[in-house]
Amino acid sequence: MSQTTMPLLSLTTFLPLVGALFLMVSRGQSEAETARNARYVALFTSLFVFLLSLLILANFDGSSAEFQLVEYQPWLESVGISYKMGVDGISVWFVLLSTLLTPICILASWNAIQTRVREYMIAFLVLETMMVGMFCALDMLLFYIFFEGVLLPMFLIIGVWGGARRIYAAFKFFLYTLLGSILMLVALIAMYYFAGGTTDIPTLMATNFPEDMQKLIWLAFFASFAVKVPMWPVHTWLPDAHVEAPTAGSVILAGVLLKMGGYGFLRFSIPMMPLASADFAWIVFALSCVAVVYTSLVALVQEDMKKLIAYSSIAHMGFVTAAIFSVNETAIAGSIIQMLSHGLVSGALFLCVGVVYDRLHTREIARYGGLASNMPRYALVFMLFTMASVGLPGTSGFVGEFLILYGAFEHNTWVAAFLATGMILGAAYMLYLYRRVIFGELTKGDVKAMMDMSPREIAIFAPLIILTIWMGVYPSTFIDPIEASVINLVQNYDAAIAAARDSASALAGNQ
Amino acid sequence: MMFESSMLAPALPEIALACAIMALMMVGVFSPAKAALGRVSFLSVIALVGTGILIAVVGGDYRLALGDLFVVDSFAFFMKLLVIIAALLALVMSDGYIRREGMSRFEYPVLLCFATLGMLLMISANDLMSLYIGLELQSLSLYVVAAFQRDQLRSTEAGLKYFVLGALSSGLLLYGCSLIYGFAGTTSFDGLATQLAAVDQAPTGLIVGLVFLSAGLAFKISAVPFHMWTPDVYEGAPTPVTAFFAVAPKIAAMALILRVMLGPFGELIDEWRQIIWLISVASMILGALAAIAQTNIKRLMAYSSIGHVGYALMGLAAGTEAGAGGVMLYMAIYLVMNVGTFACILSMKVKDRMVENISDLAGLSKTRPGMALALMLFMFSMAGIPPLAGFFGKFFVFAAAIEAGLIYLAVIGALASVVSAFYYLRIIKVMYFDEGEEVLDPVEGRSMKAIMLVTSIAILVFILAPQTIADYTAHAATALFSG
Repeated sequence: MSQTTMPLLSLTTFLPLVGALFLMVSRGQSEAETARNARYVALFTSLFVFLLSLLILANFDGSSAEFQLVEYQPWLESVGISYKMGVDGISVWFVLLSTLLTPICILASWNAIQTRVREYMIAFLVLETMMVGMFCALDMLLFYIFFEGVLLPMFLIIGVWGGARRIYAAFKFFLYTLLGSILMLVALIAMYYFAGGTTDIPTLMATNFPEDMQKLIWLAFFASFAVKVPMWPVHTWLPDAHVEAPTAGSVILAGVLLKMGGYGFLRFSIPMMPLASADFAWIVFALSCVAVVYTSLVALVQEDMKKLIAYSSIAHMGFVTAAIFSVNETAIAGSIIQMLSHGLVSGALFLCVGVVYDRLHTREIARYGGLASNMPRYALVFMLFTMASVGLPGTSGFVGEFLILYGAFEHNTWVAAFLATGMILGAAYMLYLYRRVIFGELTKGDVKAMMDMSPREIAIFAPLIILTIWMGVYPSTFIDPIEASVINLVQNYDAAIAAARDSASALAGNQ
Repeated sequence: MMFESSMLAPALPEIALACAIMALMMVGVFSPAKAALGRVSFLSVIALVGTGILIAVVGGDYRLALGDLFVVDSFAFFMKLLVIIAALLALVMSDGYIRREGMSRFEYPVLLCFATLGMLLMISANDLMSLYIGLELQSLSLYVVAAFQRDQLRSTEAGLKYFVLGALSSGLLLYGCSLIYGFAGTTSFDGLATQLAAVDQAPTGLIVGLVFLSAGLAFKISAVPFHMWTPDVYEGAPTPVTAFFAVAPKIAAMALILRVMLGPFGELIDEWRQIIWLISVASMILGALAAIAQTNIKRLMAYSSIGHVGYALMGLAAGTEAGAGGVMLYMAIYLVMNVGTFACILSMKVKDRMVENISDLAGLSKTRPGMALALMLFMFSMAGIPPLAGFFGKFFVFAAAIEAGLIYLAVIGALASVVSAFYYLRIIKVMYFDEGEEVLDPVEGRSMKAIMLVTSIAILVFILAPQTIADYTAHAATALFSG
């Protein structure tokens, strides 16, 4: 296990906050100058954070299932709560996903955001701190603080820089998520007392909670994560939030925030409440199957590009949740890869919408058409991500969905069958979208006048394109570091189930 | 120390403050009319600071005084410091307002000091008699300051309403005390504790007395169903008086209710826990729901304070040391959030005219970004969103309630806090998402800016060292259980 003396995780987490503080106290001569400075400061901070997070990856040993780069600092000592950070195979890629998407978001907002630029950049940097911190936290209260802290900047991003119905969307987003997570807080405190006054995540993972208690806690955590993922039927905040948020807000929402739910299931529900997870898996399967089929059908009839992609996100996350609760190595590895891939691809799709939205200021699909002839580069990029979303072999989407289907099939054939239906529908709505926007006659005057992508826009897409193809062609790079942790997770889960079964049969034998 | 042998020593801060107030009245009377307010205000700030220092000198060791009517312990020490800080800040914040709005009479600081003295006595009360004397000294002063804008209908109405209802509650409380005395034969807290510990089943009459006593105290902390006066008085009273009402008396009354319930009546926890449970739930729900429809920010703060009292009572319902410590921490954080919020409310002026509608804050983030940022932090903190301090206040009382097995209470509290998040968010929405027509005047006075800055930073950085205060409150809470 490699060790560094630098507190890498804390640096990565809190460096954006330093940038935000700097922005808060700095002031330019004019508004334009303030805005320009804010953009550059935010961009360089987030790029630097990304480089730091590459160091995390370099120091991460993929062959071990242990938490690595662990930092410990007494914090609320008398009540057994500490500041503890660390990453394992499950979280390490999500940290990188967050640090990668933030600079991309800042670049994507370069010209799109013209009002209160400084505040916007501060909000994004604070958001980055919260996201990275959440994936690194090894103390449950710390996790909760970051998990909830995400709401503050996101509420403002949607509410201040969003579209026409932004206020409704911001409130709905905030209150839905808060309702879910506050129940988790109650469950968290109950676990804290049961475990003898600690919120240390590795300790809690090793604690055997009684089955009845597991069930209640599981439901409370489920309320929180299901809203975050989001699962049908608590998904309704997502289309609203996506449609109204500015482009970069949608990218972060789809790219990282939705993954917080999936990550929560993997970090808490499966390892800490294995028995409840097994008991309640049918709920997750049912809701996931409904989500995959229903939201795909809904996506098919959308008139608004962002809404369509938002619904496709729900469908794709339905794959993830079904896979997580299949609890076998293939499915869980698949779910993580699928989350990463979805983070890149849906983020990129929202950016694609942003590109045309910046030019025409409408997201209505019918207003476009025939872009292939005057925006060939855009058409190519859009096609790549459409295909990745559909799951074409050679793109990242294929790897995730294949692993998930394979793993789910092993566990439950019916679930796999529904998920496969979702893939077909997914191809239908994405290709339909693509045809309507890119192909057809180029008749509308204002659409004709649209320029192809600028170098800045190409620079935004370049890393996403590379990673999407890389993940599709050579997925081992991404699977290798997570494998040990995934195997460990599944083994512990199987052991807990087996132990419960043994004690149950021993009890029956005694009688 | 030189006073250590004296029976008066632990009560020295209160005695000194009482003397200082007498002197202040003389100074006020014999000063020229124009200079009186300035002089008395300045001197009363000094008197309060001096009292704070004396409190620190007396310290938090357990000691009795004045024929066992008066107790000093680490709990009293902490709560007294909170009250002194709250009173000081309220006094400093009112300066500009009372000059502008025709309240510039020297009695104002004097009355605030009298009320503060009453609160200090309440916190240190060790007997039903000293409890009542402290409470009444506080209440009578507050009735007068509520009506201090005497040529304004709203203010006089607020004062009268507060007086009538307050007198009723004092009556209830006194009746409760007399019943308790009748059935226990003593008014001393220590005596009550020993008696109740000795018997299996407390006499019914005593329990009835306890119910009346709880009702009287619930009125003072404005817990549902004794909250009716709060919105009207908050709205009608002059704003700096509201700022004072919102913090100092709440802390003192909460300290009193903690001491009474956990000290002498600690044995009866099964009896009173149901009452506190119900009051807590009702306050949280009403505070959350009724605030939604408010348009006046002072009324909104009234309902918000009712809700906060409900959360704090959760810690009392737990009836454990962790619970009492949680309440103390909650009140400390509550103080900071409320003082900061009222500093913002007191700065809501358009062309030198006070405004108090929430809609007047529209577009504040563009016109007064600093104040908008501070108020946003206070609102998020009151909603209990981490990483702000308000979250920790809620966390500790929730944790205490869950530890004591009051899961339903915690779940109801959790749900109520989601509802209440809505109206806190609404203020943020008005400031950040809406476009304003009128521009608020710049924040006036250095002290006001300093208060906003310090309180908002305190809310923000509490997360860095929650240990410092949490340790102290946890330690101080043990004082309540040692007797």
